[in-house]
Amino acid sequence: MDLGKTFLSWPVVRQLTGDDPLGRGKAAQSARTAALQPRTKTADRVVDSICPYCAVGCGQKVYVKDEKVVQIEGDPNSPVSRGRLCPKGSASEQLVNSPGRVTKVRYRRPYGTDWEDLDLDVAIDMIADRVVETRNRTWQDLDDQGHKVRRTLGFASLGGATLDNEENYLIKKLFTALGAVQIENQARI
Amino acid sequence: MAECHPVGFQWVMEAKARGAKVIHIDPRFTRTSAVSDTHVPLRAGSDIAFLGGVVRYILENELYFEEYVKAYTNASFLVGEEFVDSEDLGGLFSGYDEAKATYDPTSWGYAGASEGSVGKGGAGGADKGHAEGHSLGSGGPSVDPHTIQRDETLQHPRSVFQVLKRHYARYTPEMVEEVCGVPKELFLEVCEAVTANSGRERTTCWVYSVGWTHHSVGVQYIRGSAIIQLLLGNMGRPGGGILALRGHASIQGSTDIPTLFNILPGYLPMPKAGADESFESYLDTIRNHEQKGFWANAESYSVSLQKAWWGEKATVDNGWAFDYLPRISGDHGTYRTVLDMNDGKVDGYFLLGQNPAVGSAHARLQRLGMAQLTWLVVRDLNMIESATYWKDGPEIETGELKTEEIGTEVFFLPAAAHTEKSGTFTQTQRMLQWHHKAVDPPGDCRSELEFFHLLGQKLRERLRDSELERDRPLLDLTWDYPVDEKGEPSADAVLREINGFGPDGQLLNSYLQMKPDGSTSGGCWIYTGVYADGVNQSARRKPGSEQSWVAPDWGWAWPLNRRQLYNRASADPDGKPWSERKALVWWDEDQAKWVGHDVPDFEGTKPPSYRPPEGATGPAALAGDDPFVMQADGKGWLYAPSGLLDGPMPVHYEPSESPVRNAMYHQQGNPTRETFARKDNLQNPSAGEPGADVFPYVCTTYRLTEHHTAGGLSRWLPYLSELQPEFFCEVSPEHARERGLEHLGWATIVTARTAIEARVLVTDRVVPLKVGGKTIHQVGLPYHWGVGGDAVVSGDAANDLFGLSLDPNVHIQESKVASCDIVPGRRPRGPELLRFVEDYRSRAGITVETGNQRFTS
Repeated sequence: MDLGKTFLSWPVVRQLTGDDPLGRGKAAQSARTAALQPRTKTADRVVDSICPYCAVGCGQKVYVKDEKVVQIEGDPNSPVSRGRLCPKGSASEQLVNSPGRVTKVRYRRPYGTDWEDLDLDVAIDMIADRVVETRNRTWQDLDDQGHKVRRTLGFASLGGATLDNEENYLIKKLFTALGAVQIENQARI
Repeated sequence: MAECHPVGFQWVMEAKARGAKVIHIDPRFTRTSAVSDTHVPLRAGSDIAFLGGVVRYILENELYFEEYVKAYTNASFLVGEEFVDSEDLGGLFSGYDEAKATYDPTSWGYAGASEGSVGKGGAGGADKGHAEGHSLGSGGPSVDPHTIQRDETLQHPRSVFQVLKRHYARYTPEMVEEVCGVPKELFLEVCEAVTANSGRERTTCWVYSVGWTHHSVGVQYIRGSAIIQLLLGNMGRPGGGILALRGHASIQGSTDIPTLFNILPGYLPMPKAGADESFESYLDTIRNHEQKGFWANAESYSVSLQKAWWGEKATVDNGWAFDYLPRISGDHGTYRTVLDMNDGKVDGYFLLGQNPAVGSAHARLQRLGMAQLTWLVVRDLNMIESATYWKDGPEIETGELKTEEIGTEVFFLPAAAHTEKSGTFTQTQRMLQWHHKAVDPPGDCRSELEFFHLLGQKLRERLRDSELERDRPLLDLTWDYPVDEKGEPSADAVLREINGFGPDGQLLNSYLQMKPDGSTSGGCWIYTGVYADGVNQSARRKPGSEQSWVAPDWGWAWPLNRRQLYNRASADPDGKPWSERKALVWWDEDQAKWVGHDVPDFEGTKPPSYRPPEGATGPAALAGDDPFVMQADGKGWLYAPSGLLDGPMPVHYEPSESPVRNAMYHQQGNPTRETFARKDNLQNPSAGEPGADVFPYVCTTYRLTEHHTAGGLSRWLPYLSELQPEFFCEVSPEHARERGLEHLGWATIVTARTAIEARVLVTDRVVPLKVGGKTIHQVGLPYHWGVGGDAVVSGDAANDLFGLSLDPNVHIQESKVASCDIVPGRRPRGPELLRFVEDYRSRAGITVETGNQRFTS
């Protein structure tokens, strides 16, 4: 055992002999603390992103290690935000890694009292079947004044303000081609 | 702004550090008020009286920017003789139809307007069902500029300037005090600050959010501020403008590329049943052949969209597949749809990152409507209340709904987070910013891009052999996006399609290259240029510190990377900056082009001296000093001769539910607001109706820094839930004494819809206001919480209190103000709650007709 090293590394000794006489800095630091590194230092890569909350559009840096998001920081290069994030933006690592986040499809059958499991592909097939059936049953070629409308009022959609432009584009394009018109989002609210 | 857009607010603080004066006008005291020079508390729903008062102050004291007003606004245009102002008709304009509660706006037009040239364009007209105001988007309605009569001296009694002056003559400081509850001295302090900080050397900007839009007369709030900014010369200039701070990452994008019923990408209107039978007649509602400006090229934008969607199948012979578009008839907005759900008329519903069971007005009606659906698809990160209302919603507790009796089939599909997909958000300044995918989404989580791509493929497979004409639009749709090895479609390919291609397959650089002959395509004309020079301009991230203050090389703003709209107005009619201090773009005589810090929002080589030849139309008809290039007459509108359904100028009306009688007009509320007189949408009686005293207080809703709207992105996070764990109401100490409310105790807040409970915060942040000689108390309610079993924190939803009463132009609900009662203690549980609310209704004598009389007889 290296008595000298152990003794000299005692915090009180370091406090009295080093440049931290009040013992509130280096002198009080343990070896474990000294060896710690921020997750931003040990990340495998850093990916440019944008905050998903409000429409200020703050720049984000997403730190990834072992294919997991380990930290999200403000991007100092952004002329909008200059590296800053608000409490929500700062919490966005927890948003993507939230303990409460649902990652499996859930299904509630008609009159059911609880959720059931369902395979994702089966779910999308079932949804496609529902859309086709509803659309066929509620299709209108003409309105009651004989004007052409070629539409369905049998189903509706709400949402888009939290999504990407490209996603809104496909939603509007597909639903319009289907003849669905009750397509709305938060901008109406 | 500090509360809901904190990081954007750093720029307000920068300005303040440089000497700017910051004024916060809001019923509520917030983190913004705390650091503003002045906080002006006013009564919720009284803003037009306040703004009108500012207009009067500017005009009476001759503090308007005369050269700007004369050159760049329609102040000198003459209004027709048939027009009668609301001042002379007890709060109604000419053309009101009592039976229909709508206006025929014909009499509002400019003098000498040719038949049909006013009130028609941009899907305009008087049919309120079509949300025309909204469908006009970035353009104005069409007018024929050639017939306009002007009086450059602004003295003609029918000039817009004089009409405006008469219209606002009664909006005196004393009237503002009486209506808004703002002391005259405080109001005048605002007027003095705003006018002293406007003109050649200085500019003032107005910032608003949904506190201005959530009203039955919300569009006219914004118009009120537009009039002020045009009179003071604050539009198109640095530090000026009217800034809409939007609350969702891409709510601007989802308006530009709309998941909205009434418009197509780039603010092209959806075709209307009966009106738009042919492509030609549809186009004529967007662009009057006589008009000025860039909407005259609507045919190129529209044909390019049809080509992007239907490619080879859109031909000149089939009218560019125009008939593939469904037709709308009237209001298909989200509130109309939810009422239809309650009537059993809607089978299916997709919820895509939205939580109406908490976040939409009359949240109770939202949940009851969803319980009538046959199927529901919820796509979200978390198990939101809109996905679980069938087992743990408030109506299960009251016994109104029983889980075993709800026949709705519910699919919950987990969504990918922003870090798990690539794509663009359009932020509040119209700037597109690309975010790169960092990791794969976990488990079954998928992007909307993948889900909808796959759903489209599956639907096309199912209908592949169909010979029905109705299925052609789906089967002929361009839907072949490249996918990666995991099945995720390329967002980059979608953005390229949105940008558009030329005849040679090259990406377009500008919407000016679009042609009406089918040789170009583009999914959203205002976004053309986001892929200019084959580069994803939205992904540019040149550090802000390495470029000018305009920062043009970070992201990409529509249109054509212009960071400030209508910036031609930053220079005087001769093309020189109004002042060196406020220079933005200007005409460079030597280079014979517009230059400056920003991309000029004007034809680059059109000199200030340009005057259109006789008979010119479209962009060529814009003179060198017509800065408002999307307007049909090139001018900023102090007076709107068409395009609005509730009047050419803002008028103060009381909210749909108000304990206060309109002090200015006989007409109490917006006479054209959209109401729904139904048993499931009862309204409180307002002042002047029997029973109004049962609901003597005003309530308003708002957000907190630590949460996001209906909580779907915040109440599931332990960090944020710990910071703001519980639903509360803010009341003044005087109000607490009057009602026996205890700080940190419970209160029950009641309207005709329901009663909810909240913890009480007694605080002098809420100020009792003197209105019309009586004290008005306001109750503040943050609306983030909802009843459910899955979030980290839950609570009653403030939106349960509000009924449906909508702005007629845009069908947005009045959820920033209602009347209410508040009593100490928790609300009754179970069926007792229904009896408690029923007792209130009967005491107030509420019927289906209560509060739904739009015309005040």
